[in-house]
Amino acid sequence: MESFALLIAATLNAGTVLAIAGLGLLINERAGIVNLGAEGMMLVAAIAGFATAVHTGNDWLAFGAGAAAGALMAAAFGGLVIWLNTNQYATGLALSLFGAGFSAFAGIQYTQQKLGERPHFEIAGLTDIPFIGPALFRQHPMVYLTIALTVGLAWFLYRSRAGLVLRAVGESPESAHALGYPVRRIRLAAVMTGGALCGVAGAYVSVIYTPLWVEGMIAGKGWIALALTTFATWRPARVLLGAYLFGGVTMLQFHLQGEGVQIPSQFLTMLPYLATIVVLVLISRNATWIRVNMPASLGKPFFPGS
Amino acid sequence: MLKLEARPQPSKAMSFASPLLALAITVVIGIVLFMLLGKDPLKGLYVFFIEPIKSGYALSELSIKATPLVLIALGLAVCFRSNIWNIGAEGQFIVGALCAGWMAMQAGPDTSRFIVVLVLLAGVLGGMLWAGIVALLRDRFNANEILVSLMLVYVADMVLSYLVYGPWKDPQGYNFPQTITFAAATKIPRLIDGWRMNIGVLIALAAVAGFWVFLFRTYRGYQLQVGGLAPLASRYAGFSSRSALWTGLLLSGGMAGLAGGLEAAGPLGQLTPHVPAGYGFAAIIVAFVGRLHPVGSIFSAVLMSMFYIGGELAQSRLGLPKSLTGVFQGLLLFTLLACDTLIHYRVRWQSVPAAPSVKPVAAPTQKIREA
Repeated sequence: MESFALLIAATLNAGTVLAIAGLGLLINERAGIVNLGAEGMMLVAAIAGFATAVHTGNDWLAFGAGAAAGALMAAAFGGLVIWLNTNQYATGLALSLFGAGFSAFAGIQYTQQKLGERPHFEIAGLTDIPFIGPALFRQHPMVYLTIALTVGLAWFLYRSRAGLVLRAVGESPESAHALGYPVRRIRLAAVMTGGALCGVAGAYVSVIYTPLWVEGMIAGKGWIALALTTFATWRPARVLLGAYLFGGVTMLQFHLQGEGVQIPSQFLTMLPYLATIVVLVLISRNATWIRVNMPASLGKPFFPGS
Repeated sequence: MLKLEARPQPSKAMSFASPLLALAITVVIGIVLFMLLGKDPLKGLYVFFIEPIKSGYALSELSIKATPLVLIALGLAVCFRSNIWNIGAEGQFIVGALCAGWMAMQAGPDTSRFIVVLVLLAGVLGGMLWAGIVALLRDRFNANEILVSLMLVYVADMVLSYLVYGPWKDPQGYNFPQTITFAAATKIPRLIDGWRMNIGVLIALAAVAGFWVFLFRTYRGYQLQVGGLAPLASRYAGFSSRSALWTGLLLSGGMAGLAGGLEAAGPLGQLTPHVPAGYGFAAIIVAFVGRLHPVGSIFSAVLMSMFYIGGELAQSRLGLPKSLTGVFQGLLLFTLLACDTLIHYRVRWQSVPAAPSVKPVAAPTQKIREA
């Protein structure tokens, strides 16, 4: 029972990484932009966050540095894609490749460094509840903030005027432009917000989730987060649920190893990637359903006056 | 104010000039980076651009890196031209190396030299199998090929790791994660004694010619390109997008697998966890910088190989991390995409129209003009 509670706790923790990045990419995609650079942004943010945590010892500054790094990279991507009309897939890929190289280059002096003792969190009074306490109430504040972010984003998209404009830009940029909205600036803002959230997720990985820096440590989480937006048919609450599901799959491998299951560890490590493929297949089978839910202008360039 | 203006026709000159411009910008950024790191930029340029082509031996080493890049980029160029986004060539490369490695391990001391053909064939089939999964899932279930092909890279990496740590581990290898050294008969024949350059170079050059014919002189290649440029026109003409999907993925998978086979039975001579060297990802850049053209990919592959060797030399000579290679490779693609804008648009200097003196009157007309 105790180990099951810990599994749930670990699942929420792992899911949080995917959820923050997934929600960020959701904002992008709602505005009509696919950023395949998520993996690269998270890697650069991970080293930026880790370096900040090493030098300042403050985790929240580290998240800030991660967000800034992610937003900066997203701005470069956005400038190219939105103003110069470059291919979104190719440009995102370039960002991922650059991010992988740059983070390895910048992180070389941090590979042996360790962070100070990691803080423990508990919500007074609630942690002592049997089972539920250790499962739910000993998490990093970011876990709860992510849930709040999901609720806030759902409200923003469906209940606020600004959210309506954002969705309009993703569905039909021509109409939004005709109504006088600055489509390109809105898209840039969405891309940079998405980058900042991917950055926070990247910093969370290197500062809280596995507090160290290893080259390529994001290990495909950015790509899984990209897949998440499709699984979730571009709905915030479903992104969160999907993220926990994948967090669970990731954690299952350690749980199974702990239980002494005789499967080579490599096959367990494969699980999240295989699960991504399986879920992608299950969701995508119904092509019409995807098409109905997908922002209508996703991936299509918009060039006013052409 | 600078303004982009669409050209009536894409500029042919710019499509040649853009990679050179991108390279120039990358070099300038590189010089600044060297100066920031307190290194002599001239020395930096020397290790990246002169040293790798200084001698015959250096050129032979360059060919070792350029060969897999050309092979993979050829297949990817076909994919990208037909708007299929196979970005998992790295995984197809690994599986190609695995299958070729398995075949090579079947050889004994008196196996005929012709086993090399079987080894490479196994590599091709392995790569095709791995890309075939992507094609199948896309074709049958509409699953996004970008994500599936990428996820399969991680899966292939884990399969390799399982095999070299487990069933394929050399019993006499002091417990290192590596297979036995392949029998001498399986070694890819070298071209010149003492140099590592092997017949892979000739295979790559032949493949360039083959892909050029396929893309520009066959009906099939024409169909693929139409499908990428104008999907609706292609459908109207009755070209099957399904068969384009399979052709593109199987071709690129096969080429990546061939590169994997050449690598495993060539410079490596055994399988280790270090089989994946990032060629599959670097080849994406090679394909774009080479204008998705078979001949262009030779030049861009040589350039990217110079980055690889330059990065290694920068580590030993200048004390800079080897990962500098990745920084420059990523930068090159990024600047290339920016420069490619100039193919379709020209930059015009446009003076900002004088602010209207009476705002309420001027506003409506301006709005109409904008719409």
